[in-house]
Amino acid sequence: MADKIATRDAYGKALVEFGAVYENLVVLDADLAAATKTEMFRKAYPDRFFDCGIAENNMICVASGMALSGKIPFASSFAMFAAGRSFEQVRNSIGYPNTNVKIGATHGGITVGEDGATHQCLEDFALMRVIPGMTVICPADACEARLAVQAAIEHKGPVYLRFGRMAVPVLYDETYAFAIGKGDRLTEGNDVSLIANGVEVEQALAAAELLKNEGIHASVVNMATIKPLDREMVLEEARRCGCIVTCEEHSVIGGLGGAVCELLSETLPTPVLRVGTNDCYGRSGPAKELLSLFGLDAAAICEKAKAAIQMKK
Amino acid sequence: MEQERISELTEIARRVRLGIVEAVYNAASGHPGGSLSSADILTYLYFEELRIDPADPAAPDRDRMVLSKGHASPVLYSVLANRGYFPAEELKTFRKADSRLQGHPDLKKTPGVDMTTGSLGQGVSAACGMALAAKLDGSRRRVYALMGDGESEEGQVWEAAMFAAHYKLDNLCFILDWNGLQIDGAIDDVIGPAPFDTKFAAFGWNVIMADAHDFASLEAAFQAARAQIDRPSVIIAKSVKGRGVSYMENQASWHGKAPNAAEYETALQDLQA
Repeated sequence: MADKIATRDAYGKALVEFGAVYENLVVLDADLAAATKTEMFRKAYPDRFFDCGIAENNMICVASGMALSGKIPFASSFAMFAAGRSFEQVRNSIGYPNTNVKIGATHGGITVGEDGATHQCLEDFALMRVIPGMTVICPADACEARLAVQAAIEHKGPVYLRFGRMAVPVLYDETYAFAIGKGDRLTEGNDVSLIANGVEVEQALAAAELLKNEGIHASVVNMATIKPLDREMVLEEARRCGCIVTCEEHSVIGGLGGAVCELLSETLPTPVLRVGTNDCYGRSGPAKELLSLFGLDAAAICEKAKAAIQMKK
Repeated sequence: MEQERISELTEIARRVRLGIVEAVYNAASGHPGGSLSSADILTYLYFEELRIDPADPAAPDRDRMVLSKGHASPVLYSVLANRGYFPAEELKTFRKADSRLQGHPDLKKTPGVDMTTGSLGQGVSAACGMALAAKLDGSRRRVYALMGDGESEEGQVWEAAMFAAHYKLDNLCFILDWNGLQIDGAIDDVIGPAPFDTKFAAFGWNVIMADAHDFASLEAAFQAARAQIDRPSVIIAKSVKGRGVSYMENQASWHGKAPNAAEYETALQDLQA
C-alpha cells in the first residue's frame, strides 16, 4: 500500500494499453479529457479520439451509433454529466437498444472535493443501476480499474464505470483476478461484514483494523460490481456474520446499500446499516475532510458496525 | 427522372400511405399526420437512394437510415414491408402486445430498423456516430436521418449539427420534414423553430431545399447531397402534414390519433384503395 493512484489515472492508462490490442476501441470525451485522463488516449491514438465539446447528450448517442457500426466506444465525462445530465440518452439510446457502449465516468462521489455539490455525483449508481441490462462497476484501486476496463471491453453490452478523482492506495497486484459480478473478500471476520466499493474500500479496511482493537472481527468485502450484484457472496456474508454495513461514496438511497437491502429483504432478512451520504448534497472542501464531514470515514464505519452488531441481539 | 419511374414511385407511395392508414386504424392509435408527410421521402430513400438488401438487413456496409422522428414509425414500417423486409400483412399487428412493430422503432425487434428511436433529438446524434464510424472504416456507406421540424426544438439536434460539421461528415444527410405542425399547433405559434436553412448554414451544413412530395425534386436534392464534399447536408423538405388523406391534411389534430371506421373508409377512398 505504498503508492497512491487515482482510479481515473488508471483508466487513462488502461485505455492506451488496450487501445493497442483492440483496434475498434474508440474514445469520446466532452471537453474534459485533461480531467478524465482520456487525453492519454488522445495523444496515443489521435485518429480514434473524438472530442464532442460540451455536449454530453450528443456524445452518448454518437457513441451508440458507433457501437452499432462495430466500434467499442468509451464515452467519458464527469459522473454528474454522463449519468446525470444524459440519463435519458443512456436509457433510451444505449440501454434499451443494448448497444455495446462503455461509459467511463470520472469524478464520482464526494471526493471530487473543492468543486462542490454541482460536481459531486452521489446518485449515479442509482441512476445507472435502474437501467435494465446495464452493468455498473466502481473499482477500488488502480489495479482493479485497469482490469475493470479490460473486462468492460470483453463484455458485450453497456457498462457504466465510475472512477474517482482522489488518489487512493493500491490494494491489489497483478495476481488479482477481477470478474464482473464477483465480490472479493479482503479480510476474514464473523462479527460484521463491511461491504464496500470505490474509495470506501480503503476506509472499510481501516475500520476493520480499528474494530480489531476492540475485539471485533469484521469481514471486508470489495463489491466493485454493483450490478449484477454478487448475490451468493452477499448471502454468504449475511449468513456468516448476521449483520452487514454497506459503505459507498454515494447516497444511501439506491446504490450498493440499496441493492444489498433489496436482496436481503427478499431472500434472507438481515440487519443492514448503510454508510453513504444521507439524502443530501455535497459541498466544497478538501476530499479527505469531506469524507469525515459526511460520515464516510473509518471512524463512522466503526460506529455503524457496532450499531449493526447490536441489531443482531 | 423518367416519367415512368415517377409513376412507379407514386404508386409505391400510394401503397405506403395505405399501409400507414391500415396500421394506425388497426392499432386504434399512432401518428398518421407526420407519417403521411414523410411517405414520399421514405419511398424515394428506400426505392432509389439507399444501397440496401432486404434479404441481408444487417450487412455491415449497407447504407443506414435513422428515423429520428420515431413517432412516424407507421411510414417506416409500411416502406420496409413494401420493400420486402417483412410481410405487409404484419402492419395490422402494429402496437399490439406480441408484435415486432412497436409504437416507436425498435432495432432489436424489426428487420430493417437501424436505430431505436422515439425520444426526439437522439436519432440524429446516433446517425452522426454511424457516419463517423463509416469514415473510420474508410467505407463509402452513407447515413441518412429523417427528422421532424418540431424535433429541431430539441437542443441536442444542434449539438449533433455542430458535431457533424466539425468532423466533416459529408457521408451524412439529414432530411427535415417541414410540415409546419406539431402536437400543440403550428410550429411558428408553439415556439418558432424556423428558419431552418440559415440555422443549418450557420452550423456549417450544406443546405438543400426540396418539395417533399415531388420525386424529381427529391432526386435532385439527394444527388446534390451526395455530391457535397467535406460538409454534411440537410434536405429541408417542405411537406403537407397528413398528405393524401383529405381530412388529415394540414391538421395538427391528426398528429397522433387514429381514424374511426367511417374516417378509415374515407381515407381508403382518398387513397383509391
